[in-house]
Amino acid sequence: MIPAQFDYVAPTSVDEALAALAERGDDAKVIAGGQSLLPVLRMRLNAPEVVIDIGRIDALRGIRDDGDAIVIGATTTHAEVGASSLVYDNAALVTKAVEHLADAQIRHRGTFGGALAHADPAGDLGAPALALGAQFVIAGTGGTRTVGADEFFVDLFETAIGDGELLTEVRIPKHTGWGAHYEKFVRVAHQWPIVAVAATVKADGGTISEARVGLTNMGSTPLRATAVEQALVGQPATEDAVRQAAAAAAEGTNPPSDLNGDRDYRRHLATVLTRRAVLAAAGG
Amino acid sequence: MTKIQLTVDGDTVSDDVEPRMLLVQYLREKLGKTGTVIGCDTSNCGACTVHLDGKSVKSCNVLAVQADGREVTTIEGLATNGELHPVQAAFHECHALQCGFCTPGMIMQSVDLLNDNPNPSEEEIRLGLEGNLCRCTGYHNIVKAVQTAAGGAS
Ligand SMILES: Cc1cc2nc3c(=O)[nH]c(=O)nc-3n(C[C@H](O)[C@H](O)[C@H](O)COP(=O)(O)OP(=O)(O)OC[C@H]3O[C@@H](n4cnc5c(N)ncnc54)[C@H](O)[C@@H]3O)c2cc1C
Ligand code: FES
Ligand code: FES
Repeated sequence: MIPAQFDYVAPTSVDEALAALAERGDDAKVIAGGQSLLPVLRMRLNAPEVVIDIGRIDALRGIRDDGDAIVIGATTTHAEVGASSLVYDNAALVTKAVEHLADAQIRHRGTFGGALAHADPAGDLGAPALALGAQFVIAGTGGTRTVGADEFFVDLFETAIGDGELLTEVRIPKHTGWGAHYEKFVRVAHQWPIVAVAATVKADGGTISEARVGLTNMGSTPLRATAVEQALVGQPATEDAVRQAAAAAAEGTNPPSDLNGDRDYRRHLATVLTRRAVLAAAGG
Repeated sequence: MTKIQLTVDGDTVSDDVEPRMLLVQYLREKLGKTGTVIGCDTSNCGACTVHLDGKSVKSCNVLAVQADGREVTTIEGLATNGELHPVQAAFHECHALQCGFCTPGMIMQSVDLLNDNPNPSEEEIRLGLEGNLCRCTGYHNIVKAVQTAAGGAS
């Protein structure tokens, strides 16, 4: 199927894009890589009157070092993020999550900001962003504001990005030297996870000193497994110790039941995948 | 209508298109390049894979207007002077197809894979082709063809 008719504008600056958004209001939809939006338009689940292509705004693309954080421009592609040594050295969890996100073709087009703005609860980037304490820079005609990951994800497919606003970049605090692993459970190639766990761990001489654990598809937004994070502090990175801490992974979650698995199955998966992710992150 | 100008298989083309036109439709319906096929409606199968500025994309999931000013290579632009591209030759040699419907996309994705990684392991080949579905071959000979092309190139 092909999308319904729409007008198309391709601004080359953020200001032009914001002006176009302000002018067309509810009738407008932003397109970045289009890898989530085009399937929606083709199935006619949405039919905006105007599509604003932010893919030609150079200022939104690229990865830079900003002291204690790395900054990823919203339209940087998954492939570019995955290949970046700056990202790998300082936020390896993001590299690991991007590696098995969709497939090579989608990773060439889909963007870091687009995936986060789309806020699919099964999307692979929300949990790592949350676990790493990412900050989201959002621009509107009135200026820019920065929102923490805990406020950014509001609900299924809903974020703190308001009408007429654009996500411009994501700041990720450096976690240099932390081990990381993204454990994604899927039954079919190149698909969204049934459940996935994003773990990054600081380990000194086999003892875990700090841990961050994010859960994908265990609720309507990405979640932090804070009980696991706390239980891991001071523990040796051994199978037994990590299994015990990981047993709390499903605490406070509210996973969906669907054809891929019911709620209880997902809650069980979360504990198993958390154990695997933390052990791998700690190099065990 | 929006005016676009791009390079397709080495030729500069320019047209007025509806913004909603997909790149795959543009290639097939406007340019007659029916070598690129449509296999699904969900951006899953990879049959429509082409290269956009040298990188593989699913052309059913790109708007023609997004390709404005860029360079597209389709399966029809791989051979040079009537000589098959080494990956095309390897698919032929290894009998890496049955019905052939997935083949244009498989070959375009294999070329992309080998551009990034000239000597992939079997595992890397299977992962690199995970966005391309084949309903006939069981993938075995496709993997063999990519290995053959890689060996031939080195
Ligand atoms: C076959 C297939 C398999 C996939 N598998 C996975 C997978 O395994 N894991 C996974 O995580 N994802 C998967 N995806 C989705 C993929 O990650 C998309 O690339 C991503 O979700 C959207 O990024 P995009 O740049 O293409 O955004 P678009 O499709 O262009 O936009 C998505 C939404 O975000 C909005 N938006 C985009 N950018 C901005 C911005 N800067 N500011 C404000 N709003 C914005 C758009 O208006 C739209 O509503 C898959 C997609 C396909 C087609
Ligand atoms: S036709 Fe494009 S992915 Fe199936
Ligand atoms: S050869 Fe028939 S789909 Fe691959």
